[in-house]
Amino acid sequence: MTEEIIIAGFGGQGVLSMGKILAYSGIMQEQEVSWMPSYGPEMRGGTANVTVILSDERISSPILTEYDTAIILNQQSLDKFEKAVKPGGLLIYDGNGISHHPERKDIRIFRVDAADEAGKMGLAKIFNMIVLGGYLKVNPVVELDNVIKGLKKSLPQRYHHMIPDNEKAIMRGIEIIYPVKGS
Amino acid sequence: MKDEISEIVNVENLVYKKTPLMTDNILSYCPGCGHGTAHRITMEVLEELGIGENTIGIAPVGCSVLAYEFMNIDMQQAAHGRAPAVATGIKRTWPHKIVFTYQGDGDLAAIGTAETIHACNRGENIVIIFVNNGIYGMTGGQMAPTTLPGMKSSTSPYGRDVHIMGNPLKMTELVAELPGTRFVTRQAVHTPGNVRKAKRAIKKAFENQINFKEGVNFVEIVSNCNSGWKMTPVHSNEWMVENMFPFYPLGDIKVDGELVNK
Amino acid sequence: MGELKLMKGNEAIAEAAIRAGVDAYFGYPITPQSEVIEYLMAEKPYETTGMVVLQAESEIAAINMVYGAAASGKKVMTSSSSPGISLKQEGISYMAGAELPCLIANVVRGGPGLGTIQPSQADYFQATKGGGHGDYHLIVLAPASVQEMADFVSKGFDLAFKYRAPVMILSDGLIGQMMEKVILSEHTPRWTDEEIIKISPWATTGKPATRERNIITSLDLDSYRQEQHNIHLQKKYKEIRENEVEYEEYMCEDAEYLYVAYGSSARIAQKAIQLGRDKGIKAGLLRPITLYPFPSEAIRRLSQQVKGILSLELSAGQMIEDIRLSVDCQMKVEHFGRMGGVIHSPAEALQALEEKIIGG
Ligand SMILES: Cc1ncc(C[n+]2csc(CCOP(=O)(O)OP(=O)(O)O)c2C)c(N)n1
Repeated sequence: MTEEIIIAGFGGQGVLSMGKILAYSGIMQEQEVSWMPSYGPEMRGGTANVTVILSDERISSPILTEYDTAIILNQQSLDKFEKAVKPGGLLIYDGNGISHHPERKDIRIFRVDAADEAGKMGLAKIFNMIVLGGYLKVNPVVELDNVIKGLKKSLPQRYHHMIPDNEKAIMRGIEIIYPVKGS
Repeated sequence: MKDEISEIVNVENLVYKKTPLMTDNILSYCPGCGHGTAHRITMEVLEELGIGENTIGIAPVGCSVLAYEFMNIDMQQAAHGRAPAVATGIKRTWPHKIVFTYQGDGDLAAIGTAETIHACNRGENIVIIFVNNGIYGMTGGQMAPTTLPGMKSSTSPYGRDVHIMGNPLKMTELVAELPGTRFVTRQAVHTPGNVRKAKRAIKKAFENQINFKEGVNFVEIVSNCNSGWKMTPVHSNEWMVENMFPFYPLGDIKVDGELVNK
Repeated sequence: MGELKLMKGNEAIAEAAIRAGVDAYFGYPITPQSEVIEYLMAEKPYETTGMVVLQAESEIAAINMVYGAAASGKKVMTSSSSPGISLKQEGISYMAGAELPCLIANVVRGGPGLGTIQPSQADYFQATKGGGHGDYHLIVLAPASVQEMADFVSKGFDLAFKYRAPVMILSDGLIGQMMEKVILSEHTPRWTDEEIIKISPWATTGKPATRERNIITSLDLDSYRQEQHNIHLQKKYKEIRENEVEYEEYMCEDAEYLYVAYGSSARIAQKAIQLGRDKGIKAGLLRPITLYPFPSEAIRRLSQQVKGILSLELSAGQMIEDIRLSVDCQMKVEHFGRMGGVIHSPAEALQALEEKIIGG
């Protein structure tokens, strides 16, 4: 099994850390992983993306032009990466701030309104965990147990008190994600 | 709503206009950063003195590496720290041109220390504008030579330990001691009053370059780096007033080649 | 087995340095490798292993700090990216001349000049042909994974001390910024003073009455002696060429076409090979692990088997010169590579093979 994922949004949306948690979860179940961010000054407030690959085999190229899954958190990224999903692949997006919705018919499209939900839960900081929960519902590439273990590994000790909130956010994501009709 | 705006925004009510010596390019600086203001007043001075067409500017390596995108004059981009040497090359071969460097504290006071000191010691007839934000902004907030004792940065994550990392360097006081400097001053641009003062200082610096044959005119601008300091813009300015100014006091240090007695 | 971690390539170099018992790191921040010094400053090895970490005022200062400590027998290293490595060249040439062991990591970015901060492999010539002035070579290691970023630190020091020569890790922004899993080696203690004197009897450690004084210099005003010194250096490089070549073959058994690629381009080539094999194109990869010494022999051997070779580099084509020399220009060798910080995709790499080698 190899899962090639792009996660893209604004800098500060937790794109890179969501990827990191996924990568750590992969390690917990003894997979090979790679995590390759876009880097540079454009990250301050601009768009940020990260390519995460989980695989049972040695990983070749850590950068790709097509993906099994695209997790998209803003319009620019949707415009850029919708066409990069492999036919039959998966696109998950947060509808917040999206005016031009995805249109492809040959991929599976799911929506998870995590930004709104995080606002309602008063947990804006872990909005990315709601998205992650949604993704794991649709495609359980890693086991939930391993995600929690991965979280513990990737968060510095001083943030470990936030793990229950993260868990709650993941569970909420699992509940609220829904397929977009017609895709 | 629209009508209200067009009533207010009209030629009769015009009180401020962007100098044509700034381009229309959107500034790449973080919101709240002092670089934009420092750019603007420098260009306003060139415009007021009518020397824009006769001036060559030098952008450093640092956040202002792209200064040539914003300053609507002929500009060169120098290697990290080398701007005073580049300026020397221009001024010595084009003595009637106006030449200035625009440098950050990492550029001017770390890797470019030798070039700075020797250009100042030779008394090159140039203007050096030195934006000191106490950090390497461009590369993501590493410690600069000017970082205060105890101040956190990505390469002093537990605060600057002066016993291991050395002491902050007051380049401006240092170059004031050199016989080759004519005008040495330290300013800030975080309030309208300070902006006016800083602009007067920059104007004096360029006037000196026009009126005399030798002597570096050195204007430090103590500024904030809200991104690198990991603060909001407002908080970073408050922090600057409380912490940076006591260590880097504002005011003239050398005027007309004479040290100012305090 | 050592500790397993998820790390960036840059962090892996830093952690491996602490574990390898390195005595000192001197550096100056530059993207895309500032994480090396940031990681070290956060870990504070000066409080645990006693390793010195210092942010210098420039790359010129940093490399001269390395010179001083290396000449006194310490295990020292520095890291930078292209513009900073150019500044270090003076010091590197002096170290090659004075025969000082040290480790220099170059996390390459796009050039020339200030260039971009994105990955590139355009410093190949500089790294493998000398870089500074004079007739010298560095031993150049090209990691293609985060694991190798870590492993090549102690490997690099072993070679540096074996040959009394500067060793360079030639990486790039992709390997430096990417996170992968790494297995970290156990801690090796730093050498004691007695060990240093034994390992490097040539080092300036203070002259006891029992030996002649040690002088570290790259200067000899007598040209005949300087020539002898050059002959000695060349002998050393020959020995390195004979003994230290390392490379990896990937799907070469039945290959009809060959990619030669190192570092990040080797990773991209692997994917291109997989994509090609899905279409029935039998390609393989020869990945030089040492760029100096270059695996010419292996390439010559594979050239007997394949119909053409594509050099895949993030540059205008630098390594291709060494490949052509390896096959004496007896076979079709072409280059493909994006430049200036743009990374070629696996699909582009495959298309280039189809167009330039198979079809061309
Ligand atoms: C030779 C070389 N070394 C390092 C760098 C990386 N670098 C770019 S900007 C910078 C620091 C700039 O800091 P400062 O002068 O304080 O300006 P600021 O960004 O804070 O405005 C460094 C180290 C470089 N471009 N060239």
